[in-house]
Amino acid sequence: MMSASEEERKDFHSYLWGIALALPLTLVPFAVVHWGGGSRLTLLLVIGAFALVQMIIHFRFFLHISFSDRREDLQLILFSTLVLIIMIGGTVWIMGSLMLRMAMPASP
Amino acid sequence: MSGEIIKHPGLNLGAAHGPDHDAAEPMIFGFWLFLMSDAILFGMVFATYVSSLSATAGGPGPRALYDIRSVFIETLFLLASSFTFGMASLALKYRHGAPRLIAWLAVTLLLGTGFLGLESHDFITMFANGGAPGRSGFLSAFFDLVPLHGLHVMGGCIWLISLVGQIARYGIDRQVKLGIMRLALFWHFLDIVWIAIFSVVYLGGLT
Repeated sequence: MMSASEEERKDFHSYLWGIALALPLTLVPFAVVHWGGGSRLTLLLVIGAFALVQMIIHFRFFLHISFSDRREDLQLILFSTLVLIIMIGGTVWIMGSLMLRMAMPASP
Repeated sequence: MSGEIIKHPGLNLGAAHGPDHDAAEPMIFGFWLFLMSDAILFGMVFATYVSSLSATAGGPGPRALYDIRSVFIETLFLLASSFTFGMASLALKYRHGAPRLIAWLAVTLLLGTGFLGLESHDFITMFANGGAPGRSGFLSAFFDLVPLHGLHVMGGCIWLISLVGQIARYGIDRQVKLGIMRLALFWHFLDIVWIAIFSVVYLGGLT
């Protein structure tokens, strides 16, 4: 058991780490899009990767979800993520395919 | 993260808060379930938006309507407000007293309303440039998704004001503690939804 002041410093550092990591993860994709560079696919991949990492950072340091303790919360997140992937992926796939078959551009 | 057993998502009050800490577990778990179902709701609206990207019907598209500078400032506002709410959670857990708790909550509220102000300004500019919801399927989907997040933030702000009122009226009792802890989860969750919005809608639309 650690002392209260020690625990407080640790909790404070969690938020500090959160914002210190989230800031560059926000800045880089905005800078890349604003000042251009690279093909559209590369840009989209960079934006997607940075967003994913930043979400994990927010879950870890702001919502204090970790792999070590209280696994039920993590399992809920993972199951919701699975449902989201199936539903979003399915919707985008089906609607995209429908648009192609209706002879409309699939994406702008 | 701490020497104590973690009972629920978000900052745990810890054993020093006695029965309040025990009461938090089922309450916060239930709220966490709500947040996950809210995430599914957002996910489906995202799917609708992505499916409607090409349905501009000859109207203005993302490039004509989005302002990256404004969205960037809004993003910083929300990120900063997540941090200041974290400071409020610390003030609650380590009993820094009501004035410090209210001060951090007030800063969070200020950043939240600043975000809402900037976002409404964005929407008004979009309207002026012919980007009204009725113009095309794409714009309908946009105004389904982004203001839905804005309404959540507005709900969070109203909730925050009512919690400050409760602190003033009842002091920091169990109901107030559990309320602040649930609002903290809600607030951080909305910041995560915003990451998806600025990445998919704004940055994705402007590539």
